[in-house]
Amino acid sequence: MTTHRTSASRRLLSYLPMVLLAVFFLFPLVFMLVSSLKPDAQILSDIDSPQAFLPTGDISLANYAGVFERVPVARFLANSVLVTVLIVGLGLVVNSMAGFALSRLEWSGRKLVLILIIATLIVPFETIAIPLVYWVSKLPTIVFENGLPMYDFGWLNSYHVQIVPFIANAFSIFLFTQYFSTIPPSLDEAARIDGAGWFTIYRRIIVPLSGPAFATVAILTFLPAWNQYLWPLMVVQQEELRPVMVGVQYFFQINPAWGEVMAYTSLITLPVLVMFLAFQRAFVSSIASSGVKG
Amino acid sequence: MTLPAQQITPHALPDEAVTQALTGRNRRRARAARQGHRSAYWMVAPATLLLLLFLVVPVLLAFGLSFTNARLISPNPPRFVGGDNFVRAFTQDPTFLRSLVNTFIFAVVVVPVQSALALGMAVLVNRKLRGVTLFRIIYFIPVVTSIVVISVLWEFMYQRDGLINALLSRVSGGALEGADWLNDTRTALGAIIVLSIWQAVGFHMIIWLSGLQTIPEELYEAARMDGANGWQQFRSVTWPGLRSTMVFILVTITIQALGLFAQIDVMTQGGPLDTTTTLVYHAVQQGYRRQETGYGAAISLIFFVIVLVIALVQRWLTREKD
Repeated sequence: MTTHRTSASRRLLSYLPMVLLAVFFLFPLVFMLVSSLKPDAQILSDIDSPQAFLPTGDISLANYAGVFERVPVARFLANSVLVTVLIVGLGLVVNSMAGFALSRLEWSGRKLVLILIIATLIVPFETIAIPLVYWVSKLPTIVFENGLPMYDFGWLNSYHVQIVPFIANAFSIFLFTQYFSTIPPSLDEAARIDGAGWFTIYRRIIVPLSGPAFATVAILTFLPAWNQYLWPLMVVQQEELRPVMVGVQYFFQINPAWGEVMAYTSLITLPVLVMFLAFQRAFVSSIASSGVKG
Repeated sequence: MTLPAQQITPHALPDEAVTQALTGRNRRRARAARQGHRSAYWMVAPATLLLLLFLVVPVLLAFGLSFTNARLISPNPPRFVGGDNFVRAFTQDPTFLRSLVNTFIFAVVVVPVQSALALGMAVLVNRKLRGVTLFRIIYFIPVVTSIVVISVLWEFMYQRDGLINALLSRVSGGALEGADWLNDTRTALGAIIVLSIWQAVGFHMIIWLSGLQTIPEELYEAARMDGANGWQQFRSVTWPGLRSTMVFILVTITIQALGLFAQIDVMTQGGPLDTTTTLVYHAVQQGYRRQETGYGAAISLIFFVIVLVIALVQRWLTREKD
């Protein structure tokens, strides 16, 4: 009886710090989601009571409707989806092909290229952001005037300026190279005897065997692509090309009600949270594998 | 969330196949290798070209432009001005010096606090308890939430009549009043430090956790047989087993801390009185918003040199002890 009680209270004790931490990590987000459903006056009056964290009182989706009226949020969301899908999708193809060539093919200069790619990992994006803006503002582009393609210069205010610089990723190439070099080389040899070309081997043998590597790279590139802020802040001024994160700043400039701000931030966070909760195992193992491989 | 990976070294890749193919003993193999050659160039070309265009060229430009008076939009071509930008930064730009100090304060607080907190959390959720996975997921949620969203949210919480002050006064029965956290020169940087740790600590908890799970259970059993208590087990088994994890975590936290930008841009714009301005924020202000590309590039370069030096020092420190 006594032993039973001690073990029960001991168990409670071992959960207590975890529960307190959970509260600490959840309360701002719960507050955000709950406040997005309340009118402004109620957000402020609930603030010093537990009701700040409960969907009580005058609950409605009015703030969400307000967001859609105030800014073209559907357009912002579509822009972010487009940019993210293309960065992740094209990145998977381009970086995995490079990883294949670097891990399974022999060619002169391979080691040098691999070392150079790994060396670029040390450059934080913040270092190149300013020169990169200058650089893309000088690059040639094709514009359509009266339906006719014309030459012009400057990549600012476009979709491609948000996508193309982020397709190739040294860390993704590194992860693919590492993963591919664990697949037995005898598979390639057998396929070559059957007359398969290298591209066929990549597409038909290596890619299907590398699901975990593709999932890891997809997750690790999805988050920064969706959450991009510094770069689009500098290169996109046109409202209809803005991604969701820059929309936040824009939202602040028009000085909205806090309830609507909470609705907007909930709107751009929920898709990622739902995705994370659905694939949390893959998310967590991607992060973990990115850390221990060193 | 970026993933700097300084400690990642090029792994030796097998190259015996080249020599094998070139012995001439097996012609088919030699031809296969040559074809591999051509395919290899095609397959590596897109990524290499993109990296050259959008990483290598901007790095070179950062060096080149920082010695010029280039402006983002200007009818005149950039003119070489020697070290003027660097002299200007260190002698005529008090905001730059302030940003340097702030960035260091931020890193010096965040690196030890965040890594220790993350380790504590990792130990906490590394136990075999029911539902422990749920807690890992909860602690990780802020990591997948955009820092922009989190900055907006905490800006509301930090207001004078915001959530944090309301909580303080309720818990203390009205005795504690709290501050105007983000508008007070004494508290603004501290407030940003707290929310930054809150957002990123789950990420490093996961890395510590995967380090913890590589430590064999037998070592703990042996330690327990020798009568080691919890703390002694941690000191003699856990801590030594986490060496390479520690290096990775220290390097990533330091570089993330030095790159502090979004929180500042959303919450304080460097204020009040430059107490929260940072190197990257200042570089963007000068190089982009005031269009002084040359000067902005110079600040970016100073930032890069600091990152490089810290990465090298950390590498050297951990090498020596091995």
